[in-house]
Amino acid sequence: MRVGLFVTCLVDLMRPSIGFATIDLLEAAGCEVYVPPTQTCCGQPGYNSGDRQAARALAEKVLAEFEGCEVLVAPSGSCAGMIKTHYPELFQDSPSLRGRVERLAGRVYELTDFLANVVQLDKVPGEFRGRVTYHDSCAGLREMGVKAQPRALLAKVPGLSLVEMSECEQCCGFGGTFSIKFGAVSGAIADRKCEALEATGADAVVLGDLGCMLNIEGRLRRRGNEATRVLHVAEVLAGTAGKR
Amino acid sequence: MQVHSMHFKSRAGIALGDATLQANLQKFGSAGLAALRAKAVEAYGHAAFERLRDAGAEIRDRSLADLDTLIERFEREATRRGATVLFARTGDEARDLVLEICRRHGLKKAVKSKSMLSEEAGLNEALAAAGVMPVETDLGEYIIQLAGEAPSHIIAPAVHKSKDEVADLFARAHAKPRKTDIPEMTREAREALRTHFVSADLGISGGNFLVAETGSGGIVTNEGNGRMVTTLPRVHVCITGIEKVIPTLEDFAALLRLLTRSATGQPISNYISFFTGPKGRDDRDGPEHMYFILVDGGRTNLVGTDLQEMLRCIRCGACMNHCPVYKTVGGHAYGWVYPGPMGAVLTPSYVGLENALDLPHAATLCNQCGVVCPVKIPLPDLLRKLREKQVDRGLRPWSERVGVRLWAWAALHPRIYAIGVWWAARFLRVLGGRLNRITKLPLAGSGWTLTRDFPAPAGKTFRALYAKRKRG
Repeated sequence: MRVGLFVTCLVDLMRPSIGFATIDLLEAAGCEVYVPPTQTCCGQPGYNSGDRQAARALAEKVLAEFEGCEVLVAPSGSCAGMIKTHYPELFQDSPSLRGRVERLAGRVYELTDFLANVVQLDKVPGEFRGRVTYHDSCAGLREMGVKAQPRALLAKVPGLSLVEMSECEQCCGFGGTFSIKFGAVSGAIADRKCEALEATGADAVVLGDLGCMLNIEGRLRRRGNEATRVLHVAEVLAGTAGKR
Repeated sequence: MQVHSMHFKSRAGIALGDATLQANLQKFGSAGLAALRAKAVEAYGHAAFERLRDAGAEIRDRSLADLDTLIERFEREATRRGATVLFARTGDEARDLVLEICRRHGLKKAVKSKSMLSEEAGLNEALAAAGVMPVETDLGEYIIQLAGEAPSHIIAPAVHKSKDEVADLFARAHAKPRKTDIPEMTREAREALRTHFVSADLGISGGNFLVAETGSGGIVTNEGNGRMVTTLPRVHVCITGIEKVIPTLEDFAALLRLLTRSATGQPISNYISFFTGPKGRDDRDGPEHMYFILVDGGRTNLVGTDLQEMLRCIRCGACMNHCPVYKTVGGHAYGWVYPGPMGAVLTPSYVGLENALDLPHAATLCNQCGVVCPVKIPLPDLLRKLREKQVDRGLRPWSERVGVRLWAWAALHPRIYAIGVWWAARFLRVLGGRLNRITKLPLAGSGWTLTRDFPAPAGKTFRALYAKRKRG
């Protein structure tokens, strides 16, 4: 299967290793990975800031870059959710584009959903010694239905044991520009997430969205927690966590 | 009520620094109404509850689509049964109508059951100024009236107060030894309220729904105070929003199943009271005069707009019970009558976009509210629409507008974007230093590093590394 990889702007800038881990996993599943070289951002920052025009312009760009792919996969529930659930809404008043956008939206997958449900990966390349807890990122969970998929895949990682934290579906307080506009409130919400995951005694918190990752890691370190690792699920599954 | 929503940020800051409030909110968050709702939904069955939510949304949409005829029908039926139906364009007009009723009947003391609309209208202050003593009889409302505060939650108005704070209030107000046993405290409040119930000549209630086919108002309560407010005094005024009219009693039953489960996790509330006109010739109980005041207060402005779905709201409070922001800062930070996600949509809609600039942005868009809303209001979508309206009306700060535009322009030009990101990755990597994290970001980023470190990027972008790998 020819997979278009939507790397996401945050992975591009902050954690390229997650992009490469994603490629490893897709290739391990027997997919041919195509990375459109001109891709930048899905437009979510503009969309959530009330700038519909900017969001539409970027959506058209993503559409042009990916509509030739059999499927679009992103290592992020949030960016995948933007394309799958919000692009159609952005083009509801332009019938020609709407049809194209909806056809693309139907082929958009969050990484773990794609691995578990579409290609049904049964052996993962990675191994991990230790206990992890999984944070359900909001968009992945509530827009893309990502809940059992990462857990099923993590269960295949040799050496890894999963322990659930209380309120694992509770928002970490990131919320895009919310985290900057309301830094104090956002940090206080992140604090509760940190308390919940620390209470599990896990060596690492694993999750599927970079925004939440930066938020939780940033707050953990500021609280003085140097020990708990914050890992993207792709890196754990690919076995590249902390290696690249 | 005066609008303080422009100051959300500073009010939220004060709330975060208030240790007592934080302890009370923590308690509310962990063992509060959200957990009770979850149990009730479990018991009802998730699939069945989903169908009920669909039915609830359908009833509310059908009612709103037909609102004008439903209101006329309600007015006709209520009038036929002896009630007087009045309309107010604003909260101020509603307040004036109540004061006029007080003058006409020579009323001196009002017992009230919970009404958020009376908060919109600032009714208590106006009554007191006109020489009519207002007494809140819902226990939570009674507590905050004693404290001289506003409700911080639409169904649990005193949720921001601890038992100890209430014990102090009661000891002062009741001039009795301080008690900390909740049943004893409740009994003491009931005794204090009892004298007011029998001496009041006006009862003011809200209305959860108005039923068009019978011209009735209906309220749900747990303390029984609503029943006394609507039956004991010689005049009863029901004051509620114009959007609360539904077609039939059957519809009421369906919405009730949703309302109590979503609000407090109860299959049904302790009391459900219907009031249909004043006391009849053969009735032993009931008011001699019965008024309905239907208040617009900005509601009809939403009809036919992309925010109409907000009018489905049945005021259960589930959205705030599940909101990470509400649970962290409490209701007072929102600065007006309605807090949480529903308040963040309603406040700018009712008092003006320019008077509540922060509220549509004071949300992480996590959609926890949307998935628990009993009538399926897509709250994050509505918040986003309000953000768009702010942009369209030029209400956002210029720095934010320039920032978004600049980012969008760059993201549309991949070559320029790549150069920008290439430099940003290196610059931030250097700022990250030995620990590979940034403790103080410049400009807008300072909001982030106020409470968190910023993990530094790896230093090279994925695109640069991937291109290199491709070249081999």
